[in-house]
Amino acid sequence: MTIKQKLNRESTAGYVFILPFIIGFLAFTIIPIFFSFALSFTSYDVLSAPKFIGIDNYVQMFTNDSKFWKSMGVTFYYALVSVPLRLIFALLVAMILVRPSKASGVYRAIYYLPSIMGGSVAVAVLWKRLFASDGAINALLQLVGIPCKIAWLSNTSTAIWTLIILAVWQFGSSMLIFLSGLKQIPVTYYEAATIDGAGKMKQFFSITLPMLTPVIFFNLVMQLINGFMAFTQCYIITQGKPLDSTLFYTVYMYQNSFQFNQMGYGCAMAWVMLLIVALLTGVLFKTSNNWVYYASK
Amino acid sequence: MNYTQRKKIGTVIYHILICFFGIVMIYPLLWMVMSSFKDNTEIFTNAKSLIPKTFELTNYSTGWAGFGGISFSVFFRNSFVICILATVGTVISSAVIAYGFSRCNFKLRGFWFACMIVSMMMPFQIIMIPQFIIFKQLNWVGTFAPLIVPYFFGLPFGIFLIMQFIRGIPRELDEAAKIDGCSIYGIFVRVILPLIVPALVTTAIFSFMWRWDDFLAALLYLNKPSFYPVSLALKMFSDPSAQSNWGSMFAMASLSLIPIFVIFITMQKYLVEGISTTGMKD
Repeated sequence: MTIKQKLNRESTAGYVFILPFIIGFLAFTIIPIFFSFALSFTSYDVLSAPKFIGIDNYVQMFTNDSKFWKSMGVTFYYALVSVPLRLIFALLVAMILVRPSKASGVYRAIYYLPSIMGGSVAVAVLWKRLFASDGAINALLQLVGIPCKIAWLSNTSTAIWTLIILAVWQFGSSMLIFLSGLKQIPVTYYEAATIDGAGKMKQFFSITLPMLTPVIFFNLVMQLINGFMAFTQCYIITQGKPLDSTLFYTVYMYQNSFQFNQMGYGCAMAWVMLLIVALLTGVLFKTSNNWVYYASK
Repeated sequence: MNYTQRKKIGTVIYHILICFFGIVMIYPLLWMVMSSFKDNTEIFTNAKSLIPKTFELTNYSTGWAGFGGISFSVFFRNSFVICILATVGTVISSAVIAYGFSRCNFKLRGFWFACMIVSMMMPFQIIMIPQFIIFKQLNWVGTFAPLIVPYFFGLPFGIFLIMQFIRGIPRELDEAAKIDGCSIYGIFVRVILPLIVPALVTTAIFSFMWRWDDFLAALLYLNKPSFYPVSLALKMFSDPSAQSNWGSMFAMASLSLIPIFVIFITMQKYLVEGISTTGMKD
């Protein structure tokens, strides 16, 4: 068989086609991951060679770094509050907008716009100004008669909420996903339910919600991962202030590795987060059999 | 009140409510654009009003001048160079990989597909430190390469999207071309590629928008202001150490959203399609 013939066999051609992925996967995911694992047992400041220190980084992290625990708590709070809230909003608005009307295209666009721009630096900078004590939010609250002078960003109990609101505000893409999911539910299900005397509430909990669970599940997993990894918003808007009450895990990791030059410690932090994310994803997948409904089963 | 009347009132209330919340949703963006026309002190004293007392364009001219002698035309050019090159890489590589996964039978296909799911779920933040060290060894830090080259090895979102699209193309077309003497590579270039253009456009749009917003990678790898993309320049512009001129800040921030907004207005069909076929946003 000539090389040309060999290359034209599916078994070879397949590898030729996915070769870029294999190279990229090894070079940009697998090798860095193991490299990071090795570095997590060293003390490394970039300038001199890494020094092996065993599990000291991990010991330090768990026993002697209150900022580590603080940032872990903040990140969990942020992800576990903002992601479910965003999904609930997305579903609610999708249920309202699914009703066909002449303007529904325009409405869909308006609600989708923030999620397209919300991740940008421009909006992060804007948020800083909106929630300043002399910013637009307070000005508007005063306009409707609430004498509000709260310094949202410098108060330990409200600062994290400005970031949560920013995350929830971007519910648009999830809304679009739910909209297309809603349209795929056969109308006959609802007709049958109506004939059987099921009310709107009952229909929602017995038809709509179960039919959407695969989509909800997938988005919950992906958005939780992204939530744990949020960086830009915290880095630009609050920088972890006040009193570390908004210090995201990734921002603390960034500070350790690139500002304090403790790359080994940063790698150890990355591995702890990787294990947490993997564990959480695993648990979600394990429990998914109990609450995710797949029509094909 | 009869049934039709009640229904009409219901519809009116429905539209009023949706419009009201719609305004709440886009109010922050409107406020930013409007503030960019306000006089610098008016942003503070007149924060509640959306309409500026007088429309000023000075914010745009002072903002465009940038900082450190580098104007925003440089930052915009950098952003466009990075985004366009990374997007070209993403589209080409994702199309090739997607074709391999969906039309070829090869050993360990399931395994490699699983690897792709892993790489999709693997956050950049986890591998950024070792990646930084590797790129530093390659002397890539301070250049655009770390922001562009990795995208020439496929983007899982794009691969998924294109795979979904290829699945809808009947295999009879492949077989007809094969009988006519077309190789597997010929089938890809001549039969499949022309048919998946919409999926390629969708992938390109998402890739461009994500790269445009990308901040962390630029923050890590670029150290000279003349190499900064718009996102990083805005951050530096807003730092208190630089002159905090909110008016020109908002002017540049508004400008930075224009490319995204243009895509949003002109390509909405593709955006909606991309999100609903993959069921994910990133």
